[in-house]
Amino acid sequence: MPGTKAGIDFLLSPYRVLDLTDDRGLLCGKILADLGADVIQIEPPGGSSARDIGPFYGDDPRPEKSLFWWAYAANKRSITLDLAKQDGRALLEKLAAEADFLIESFAPGYMENIGLSYDHLASINPKLVMVSITAFGQDGPYSNYQGADIVGMALGGFMYLTGDDDRAPIRVSFPHFYLHGSAAGAAAAMLAHTYRATTGQGQYVDVSCQQAVAKTLAHAPQIWDIEGAILKRMGVYRQTSGENRVRINWPCKDGFVNYMVQGGTVAYSTRALLAWANEDGLDTAVLDAVKWEELGYGAVSLELMDQLSGPLGEFFNLHTRAELVQGSLDRRILLFPVATPAALQGHPQLEARGYFKQIEHPELGTTVQYPGAFIKSGDGKDIAGLYRRPPLIGEHNLEIYRGELGLSGQDIEALKRSGVI
Amino acid sequence: MPDQPTINKPLEGVNVLDFCWVAVGPMTTKYLGEYGATVVRVESVKRPGTLRRGAPFKDGISGINRSGYFASYNANKMGITVDMRHPRARELMLRMAKWAHIVTENFTPGTMESWGLGFERLKEVNPSIVMFSTSMMGRGGPMERQPGFGPVLSSLVGLTNLTGWPDRDPVNPYGAYTDFIVPRFAVASILAGLDRSRRTGEGIHIDMSQLETTLHFSAPVLLDYAVNGREQSRMGNRDRGAAPHGVFPCAGDDRWIALGCFSDAHWEGLQRTIAPDGTGWPYRPDFGTLLGRKANEDELEQLLAAWTSPWEVGALMETLQSAGVPAGMVNDCRDLFDDAQLQHRGHFQWLDHPEIGPYATDKSEMIFSLTPGSLDTPAPLLGQHTSHVLKDLIGLTDDEYQSLEEDGVLE
Repeated sequence: MPGTKAGIDFLLSPYRVLDLTDDRGLLCGKILADLGADVIQIEPPGGSSARDIGPFYGDDPRPEKSLFWWAYAANKRSITLDLAKQDGRALLEKLAAEADFLIESFAPGYMENIGLSYDHLASINPKLVMVSITAFGQDGPYSNYQGADIVGMALGGFMYLTGDDDRAPIRVSFPHFYLHGSAAGAAAAMLAHTYRATTGQGQYVDVSCQQAVAKTLAHAPQIWDIEGAILKRMGVYRQTSGENRVRINWPCKDGFVNYMVQGGTVAYSTRALLAWANEDGLDTAVLDAVKWEELGYGAVSLELMDQLSGPLGEFFNLHTRAELVQGSLDRRILLFPVATPAALQGHPQLEARGYFKQIEHPELGTTVQYPGAFIKSGDGKDIAGLYRRPPLIGEHNLEIYRGELGLSGQDIEALKRSGVI
Repeated sequence: MPDQPTINKPLEGVNVLDFCWVAVGPMTTKYLGEYGATVVRVESVKRPGTLRRGAPFKDGISGINRSGYFASYNANKMGITVDMRHPRARELMLRMAKWAHIVTENFTPGTMESWGLGFERLKEVNPSIVMFSTSMMGRGGPMERQPGFGPVLSSLVGLTNLTGWPDRDPVNPYGAYTDFIVPRFAVASILAGLDRSRRTGEGIHIDMSQLETTLHFSAPVLLDYAVNGREQSRMGNRDRGAAPHGVFPCAGDDRWIALGCFSDAHWEGLQRTIAPDGTGWPYRPDFGTLLGRKANEDELEQLLAAWTSPWEVGALMETLQSAGVPAGMVNDCRDLFDDAQLQHRGHFQWLDHPEIGPYATDKSEMIFSLTPGSLDTPAPLLGQHTSHVLKDLIGLTDDEYQSLEEDGVLE
């Protein structure tokens, strides 16, 4: 396809990305790859350490069956390259001369120590945009700290605000710390690209995952700055104003649902729910008498919340999640499922938009359903998305080393023999 | 390069007509403004945005220009007030669309069309326009108009189910969490669209479903179900590949340290820190291997909690980190302002707002070697820039402006 490098005509098809990241940065290149860029994942011989992260296909813990890898390396091509060796660095320099972006997530200083600093790479290709993604940034008092998801989610301020108030702060049970920074890396790459497109000048961008997490806290930092109050976690509740809080998550017969009791402009939703509970034989007389229409956001008092908890809890327990969700659609109640992976599988909206993509894994003789594009065009056309299964280790070595860099069979054999590729 | 005007920020010269409101859109366009775009927010006096009515307020007194929430997410933008339901609003907005390179909105799908400002119409006046639309569920499909907001989306997308203690009900990740996941995908997508438009001269309409975007933050969990049929659920602070791994109490009220041992080196660092003389419970043989620690994790956590409790949390973080153990204090929002690394990065910046006074907002998490971003102006007062934008940027004559004002198009 003319003008495209990845063989697909999406938004970023003319551009090439060298992706040197491990699990701490894979999503950055994945976003650019989904937008159409030709992303070459550069793995150490033997494969990326991200391939050791589970779960695994069939629970078989082999590097080519890591679902973590699959999720964040799909759409990329893979070559192996040992950056610690002279020949490896020479190959990287050749690739960098022709690349538009280089992304890395090594510890601060590593690239410089192996002779691949931005200044050096820019002397080969001044147009290059280089993005570094690290836990805390390239310098500063924590820059050499040991990072980990739980450490970063704590230092970023997320955990203090999440969890039950009578227990320790909590993280999401799937690591998000580096994903926040990696997604920021993709935004950073495009900002630097926009400047390059106007001026022809590349540059270096240093992304901090800690800062990325600290930017997920809504107004909590401003509440300290302006009111001098420290917000605390409140479990299944959500603060609405001052001391007032309403319950968000409720157990039902077979799972959980999300329902916030509200008055004012959405009093109709509360009325409809109470009517339904009443049909089920629950006594709602006291609650029916509340002037919901006059209660603005945040006006549901703690006392009223207490009165509600018994009957509503009882009502939700009479029904399955599916019954509650369908009944709420029919009755215009603002109630939503606390979705599990199974519920997402057959989600009517995701199905209607063709979100999930079936990708063939010929090496396993199977087809796998993947999450699809994060954008479409307004008329439903594909302008981004998934089109290539995640690469095997060094799957594209020949294609790139021989096909593009023009190395001979002998060269490649020598590089293999010396452990460079 | 000769003959090129000097530009100091990546998006200098890029004009953004911004209809976004609440959090997900404004956080997206804040990045654009921070990196040099001219962002003009279209607001309504009759229906001011939710964030303008959201706490915290200066001195606890609510007021349309006093919200710190709004002020933080709308730095570096200008604001105009227009009655979008007025029949003449469309003509004015189409004139602005000629000026704009990018139009952003996060209404329920169909709203822009109902104002006569759908993509096809915008393209007629500006063939290279980049229009960015984001909604909870995306355009089309049976649920495109489903109401809801961030805390709901955390549940719909499966993140709530993954957050909490295994013996208790799931809890929401703090706040409207997904609203703060989507914007980086949005910025990358908008600029990819801008690049395409500049290369081809052809406009593009980008439709981003916040549900579909956020699912990328649990993609391996979805794959685990798709291929293994396994439904992952919340597991407190534990991690399948590490032990100990959790949050442990420290001295003081609600002070906690987070730590995790993923390797022998991490565990040995913790052993040495707890018992430098090489004796005591950390050296119990059943704690010597990861599998052994996993098998006795409850007991390990109790012993560790007893050891961490008297420590001052900052001192413990430094001590453990110097022993090579991944550890960090659980920062509350006051701690964030005191955090040495965030200070080093200049994370918070103070802007002077005419009604709020000096207030803190957060800068981008990216440091550019050549074109740093900057936040220079506080969020706009409601309608503050209506006259400036329409007369000086769009080029309305005084008569035209007066006529719009008299007709009630401008609020």
